[in-house]
Amino acid sequence: MNDQIKLGRPVLLQGNEAMVEGALAAGCSFFAGYPITPATEISEAMSVKLPALGGTFIQMEDEIASMGAVIGASLAGAKSMTATSGPGFSLMQENLGFACVAEVPCVVVNVMRGGPSTGLPTNVSQGDVMQARWGTHGDHPIIVLAVSTTRDCFDITVKAFNLAEKYRTPVVILSDEVVAHTREKISLPHPGEIEVIDRIRPNMPPDWYIPYEDNSRGVPPMGIFGDGYRYHVTGLIHDVRGFPTQRRDEIVPFVNRIFRKINQYFFDILMVKEELTDDADHLVVAYGSVARSARRAVREARERGVKAGLIQLITLWPFPRQIMEPYLRRVKAVLVPELNMGQVSREVKRINQGMTRVETLNRIDGTLITPDEILVRLIKM
Amino acid sequence: MAEITKLIHKYLRHEKKFPHVWCPGCGNGIVLGSLIRAIDKTGLTKDEVVLVSGIGCSGRLPVYVDFNTLHTTHGRALTFATGVKLANPSLQVIVIMGDGDATAIGGNHFIHAARRNLNLTAIILNNNIYGMTGGQYSPTTPYGALATTAIYRNIEHSFSIAELAVTAGASMVARGTVYHANMLDGLIEKAIRKRGFAVVEVVTHCHTQYGRRNNLGGPVEMLRWQKETAVRVEKAQKMTPEELEGKFTIGILVDRDLPIYTQEYQKIRETAKARMAKAR
Repeated sequence: MNDQIKLGRPVLLQGNEAMVEGALAAGCSFFAGYPITPATEISEAMSVKLPALGGTFIQMEDEIASMGAVIGASLAGAKSMTATSGPGFSLMQENLGFACVAEVPCVVVNVMRGGPSTGLPTNVSQGDVMQARWGTHGDHPIIVLAVSTTRDCFDITVKAFNLAEKYRTPVVILSDEVVAHTREKISLPHPGEIEVIDRIRPNMPPDWYIPYEDNSRGVPPMGIFGDGYRYHVTGLIHDVRGFPTQRRDEIVPFVNRIFRKINQYFFDILMVKEELTDDADHLVVAYGSVARSARRAVREARERGVKAGLIQLITLWPFPRQIMEPYLRRVKAVLVPELNMGQVSREVKRINQGMTRVETLNRIDGTLITPDEILVRLIKM
Repeated sequence: MAEITKLIHKYLRHEKKFPHVWCPGCGNGIVLGSLIRAIDKTGLTKDEVVLVSGIGCSGRLPVYVDFNTLHTTHGRALTFATGVKLANPSLQVIVIMGDGDATAIGGNHFIHAARRNLNLTAIILNNNIYGMTGGQYSPTTPYGALATTAIYRNIEHSFSIAELAVTAGASMVARGTVYHANMLDGLIEKAIRKRGFAVVEVVTHCHTQYGRRNNLGGPVEMLRWQKETAVRVEKAQKMTPEELEGKFTIGILVDRDLPIYTQEYQKIRETAKARMAKAR
């Protein structure tokens, strides 16, 4: 492993390592995790790098504990992160919901592997898209981003921390086994070129501080433990002061606000990469490692005279409906290749409402969808 | 009396979330009182203290006190506390748990927190039952006792929380009761001052869900049982096993100096920094 990575120079990195670099560039100072394939290298690199930067790495007894520690550290002021894979992600769901309700910024990486259960531990999959959105119990919004290249792993991790801090919410990054372990030469940006956002802290006299008070952003400033703004943090539905409540006039505005803070900034959160879409008749919608195959397939389709285009989804949740809709109205057909039985394609169909034809290309055997497979389908469409 | 009023005004969120949720006669209020008196004696400011709890009757305790307070998920209080302490070691982190919270769902976190030896204080309120959910048996419900999920009597054997903590490697382990409230003040104060993972098991009573179902009487009778059954550790050493039959010990069971996690981690930081500097 590279001990020393110079930003601004070409380096040979795998996705998992690039994620660590991104996290550190974004100011991450706390990592708690539990080893699991294929996410382990993130823990390993963090255990080497964080202490040298004055931060803290801890290997907890399980993923439940890791997520708890991540929340605790964030409440005490650290930008904190954990990384896991499917089975561990399942265990984290309880505390992930806590972070949503208590509005605790943190980043959770799920390097997807084949499932369900112990599944195919060393094989690629995209089976956790719906779990990332709906894995917890109850109603809450969440932000989920998908990475497809090593450089993405760096950039999107920085972005994830920024969104978490800006909107006081956990942000999930979905990676997959292929993205995680593909080594490639990339150039990382110079620290000066990286935008780093920190949470807004209260600046009024402590007696005036109302920790969950609504404002125009829907995101209250966040006091941290030890800074003089004492308040109560709970996973219970709470009033503006953070205390448990059962009053309708306090429950409804609270739940509405946590949804509003994400909806209101929809376009700040939405990230897609569009390629050759301007005049496309056939659209491929892909994310993660499949997006790389799709990009190649679309380029080759163009060479053969098929007007294909690619929309690569980076933000999976909230689902980029506003960006998809104009295309759905216009194109002849949409193909959604993915490494599951059809999770994002289901979402595309849901918003499509009969506007165009939506086809799926699914693979669940733990191997990648190749550019050729997508190309063949594009030509047939 | 003036002293008590002063402490109430200083520490309780009296203008906010009272009355509390506990049943009349519950021991939790006595623990809250002890905790406040102990913290007051240590001279810690309110901003320096973080009170973390899990779920259940004990989990509601932090709501009432004006510190940085964190009410977590069931059984996970120690994991949140670990994060808080590691992110800011200068904070005094005190964790309040119930017996089910700490030793059933949180049993794994409990033994690992003890093993890891972070400078945390864990106060475990042991009332032998799940009170808030209505009286189901917990890992400390005695063999043969009755509970809503053990109406044919409990056939499981109970944990000794304090002894579990000793074995798992805690720096300090004490046991007290809510009957011996003055002693409890001292035990909690000592636990807060202790450098390392310090556990105080507090034997308390749930007359509503446990005492009533097992014909142990009301709070007065249950407190009397604590008085009659508790033996100070110093005295217990001079007693025969026959005399100790059916009794439990109170006082400080273990007090030892072990390396503290945050100090050890500081060494790791220095090693890592030196290695990075060399690579540069």
